[in-house]
Amino acid sequence: MNEDWVLYEVFIRSRSGLEHKHVGSLHAADARMAIEHARDTYTRRQEGVSLWVVRSSEIVASDPEEADALFEPARDKVYRHPTFYAIPDEVKNL
Amino acid sequence: MYTQALDSAGSAAPQGEADEDGRLERFQARIDRDEKIEPKDWMPEDYRQTLIRQIAQHAHSEIVGMLPEGNWITRAPSLRRKVVLIAKVQDEGGHGMYLYSAAETLGVSRTTLIEQLLSGRAKYSSIFNYPTLTWADIGAIGWLVDGAAIMNQIPLCRCSYGPYARAMVRICKEESFHQRQGYELMLALARGSAAQRAMAQDALNRWWWPSLMMFGPSDAHSVHTAQSMRWKIKRFSNDELRQKFISVTVPQAQYLGLTVPDPELRWDEAAQHYRAGPINWSEFHAVLKGDGPCNRERLAARREAHEAGRWVREAAAAYAEKHGAGAVPARSG
Ligand SMILES: [Fe+2]
Ligand SMILES: [Fe+2]
Repeated sequence: MNEDWVLYEVFIRSRSGLEHKHVGSLHAADARMAIEHARDTYTRRQEGVSLWVVRSSEIVASDPEEADALFEPARDKVYRHPTFYAIPDEVKNL
Repeated sequence: MYTQALDSAGSAAPQGEADEDGRLERFQARIDRDEKIEPKDWMPEDYRQTLIRQIAQHAHSEIVGMLPEGNWITRAPSLRRKVVLIAKVQDEGGHGMYLYSAAETLGVSRTTLIEQLLSGRAKYSSIFNYPTLTWADIGAIGWLVDGAAIMNQIPLCRCSYGPYARAMVRICKEESFHQRQGYELMLALARGSAAQRAMAQDALNRWWWPSLMMFGPSDAHSVHTAQSMRWKIKRFSNDELRQKFISVTVPQAQYLGLTVPDPELRWDEAAQHYRAGPINWSEFHAVLKGDGPCNRERLAARREAHEAGRWVREAAAAYAEKHGAGAVPARSG
């Protein structure tokens, strides 16, 4: 038996100018209650200036078993980083 | 606040299990490298069950822990003390919520967890089955009980299970105020009238031993410590944490001019810390079994609150239904 309310994931923008970041989850009967509960549960000390709540069921996640296949190909592409290129010390502003 | 090494992982450690595809070995290797395990990662069933039980017990403790302190909100002696106590109790409710959410990532539903608490099948920390008889108890709880909880919880911030570790980071940030407000309250009483000092001493007398018991059975009787350490769910043994608590707390009592109620308490010159006398473990086991001073009262209060809130939950669900945001099954697995 499961009569739980909908599960929402909670995201907080901690300061103006920063991105929203996942902080946890909660149950609520609807989206408005989810925002109100998120405020009481996750921002009792001014942790944020903005809240997002998203139904957990709406999140599509990558499969941890496929992590290698997904992310491994980027590993040997060091030429995508600026430090790959040797520039003489005398050259400035580069 | 309060995880307590109460008992029992399910079956024994999994070394005996067949590990044909080497999954167990790879899992242990990830833990040994200090990688975090996340909800969708493969994990041994024993690891999952051990965590569900520990996180749930911890969550229940936060929730039941609101009762002894809530008892004094209406009688706080000043507006300042009242807003502080309300804020603290609200934090404990929040801690319960973070922890239930963390437990749910392991595949158990909130309804099931609440049901286990209300039916009396789930355990929670023994400390909350003691009564709060005077205002000084509110100081003693913040100072000693939250103090012991902090000792227990700081290592859990590095627990191998990601959602639990993250919940603990959030909780530990909030606990410090709990302990400090309690000590400040004790300080006010200790500097007050003779009657106030006596009240503070009486609270210390009653809360000292139950606080030491919060760390769980002694290492000699704590069967599951080794496996939990291997899995990095636990980082220090019960006795190690208890000793740390004694070491920092005895000087704090001395500063208050209060006496720790232990005739065998002594300074250990070699170890450079205080050592406590023997703990009355039969009291601990009686309280855990349900025979503490307030076990029945605590559960009755939780059940009553749950029933009294039923119409609110039903009305909210009906409203959501009507406006097209009705309950759908919670996330599985
Ligand atoms: Fe807490
Ligand atoms: Fe606390």
